[in-house]
Amino acid sequence: MSVLVIAEHLRGQVRDVTRELITAGRELGPVTVAVIGQEPGSLVDAVNLDGVAEIVTVAIAAGEFENDAFQAAVEALIADRKPRVTLLGFTVNSMGYGPAAAVKLGLGFASDVHGVTLEGDAVIATRSFYGSKVSAELDFPGADGVMLLLRPTVWAPAEGAGGATVASLEVAASPSRARHRELMEATASSDVDITQADFLLSIGRGIGDKENVEMFRELAEKMGATLSVSRPLVDAGWMPASRQVGQSGKTVKPTVYLAFGISGAVQHLAGMKTSGTIIAVNTDPEAAIFNVAQYGAKADLFDVAEELEKLY
Amino acid sequence: MRTVVCIKQVLQLGDEVEFTDDGLDVDPDYLDPALNEWDSFATEEALQLRERLGGEVVVVTCGPKQSEAALRRCLAMGADRAIRVEGAGRDPFSVARALADVVRGESADLVLCGVQSSDAVQAATGTALAELLDLPRAAVITKLDYSGAGTAVVDRELEGGLVDRVEIDTPAVLTIQTGINQPRYANLRAIKQAEQVEIDVRSAAGGGTPAYRIRKMFVPERGEGAEMIDGSPAEIAARIASIVKERLA
Repeated sequence: MSVLVIAEHLRGQVRDVTRELITAGRELGPVTVAVIGQEPGSLVDAVNLDGVAEIVTVAIAAGEFENDAFQAAVEALIADRKPRVTLLGFTVNSMGYGPAAAVKLGLGFASDVHGVTLEGDAVIATRSFYGSKVSAELDFPGADGVMLLLRPTVWAPAEGAGGATVASLEVAASPSRARHRELMEATASSDVDITQADFLLSIGRGIGDKENVEMFRELAEKMGATLSVSRPLVDAGWMPASRQVGQSGKTVKPTVYLAFGISGAVQHLAGMKTSGTIIAVNTDPEAAIFNVAQYGAKADLFDVAEELEKLY
Repeated sequence: MRTVVCIKQVLQLGDEVEFTDDGLDVDPDYLDPALNEWDSFATEEALQLRERLGGEVVVVTCGPKQSEAALRRCLAMGADRAIRVEGAGRDPFSVARALADVVRGESADLVLCGVQSSDAVQAATGTALAELLDLPRAAVITKLDYSGAGTAVVDRELEGGLVDRVEIDTPAVLTIQTGINQPRYANLRAIKQAEQVEIDVRSAAGGGTPAYRIRKMFVPERGEGAEMIDGSPAEIAARIASIVKERLA
């Protein structure tokens, strides 16, 4: 079972998810890691990890990610190496070209995959549906190969030096119809840095109204916590993006993470699940946050918040 | 200026779950339909484009008769026309093929999709659709700057609070992220009027390999999970305070 892993990198650094893909890949078979970029050779050492059999560099003109260039390179790699499985991270970059390459090449495809096994020659992927409340096993009958976008932070990052051979693949330059201009920090702000906080009191959609933010701000202050939020509160304009915990916001690891009204979308959990102690208060007993919390309470947020305030 | 918005009626699972007899999906009795949250932002973005540049907003969905409720929601927000395609599979490639056949006939300047659907979280249909239409695309857009022709400038929201500004040729397919705007509410009158609009129903041509096949659906085994704190709000608060104090000591 040959496996192709597409390395993801940003500003000259290989991203963690690439090492996770290598871990997932080497459980399936010999791994080829492809590094696509303006100067791919500079990233070879960073992906030459235990379990990697081969590294293929593909030079492209674009300095940062551009989806047309990545798609052309990945299609060329698949045509040349004919992997049974191609692994990408379930990331914003992959979302821009992975499904396009797969539908064009007639590959089986699944994204946000959190489990992969083999049954003989058949690839079986596990992913969630319906708000992560159920899982499904998928197979890919009739497909020539399979492309899987794996959920970040599920597999442990590969470590240890590898002894991979290094090759390169020439890909004809294709015009980029969507061209990178600049990278910017979305959260440039003089606000507090929530990644430095030892104690986060985090609020989510469950607080219901903008007017209720103030109550939790006061509670956080009394308890000596820093206030953070989940994405919907930033989307609604109630709180600045600098306070957002999750994949598109900040990854935090405080000693204590106290969550009120956060159900626990996968993207939120990815940003806080390694916190020291997680305590969650939610009205929904099935909320996914209870799967990562050490302590939980199914209760009215406001009643608990009021009682807590009396104790400080 | 014509913008096509591809939307989905998502199915939300409550506290309880039962599966269909074949074990391949959740029993529909346990699922509540709604307009996908991302798609309400995509629809709003299209309506704002129309307000600035004129033209038309067409909403398209792929799904059974029941999913017309989601189309009517978009009509009530202000969309001009609605098309429903039926008879396709539910995996992202089957849906993208069915949508492509319809969108191709609309000669749109922009095609907007939500980044993903809340019930399946695949983030794949929009990008696959762009490929089938042979259009440029960009995924996870939090800002759109477009004057009606030529190139658009869009912000892609990357992980970790980074934004990638991209110049994109049009026509293009963009997948729209939540927070790009504040979707408007439809008033009661608009909701009533939308009930009367005739929806153009088409049949999917079918064919093509689906992205995947579901073999089995099941409730995942939970880990240990949280230790649940029972009692009155005062008792819960007291326990939380004591855990916090102990951990921060």
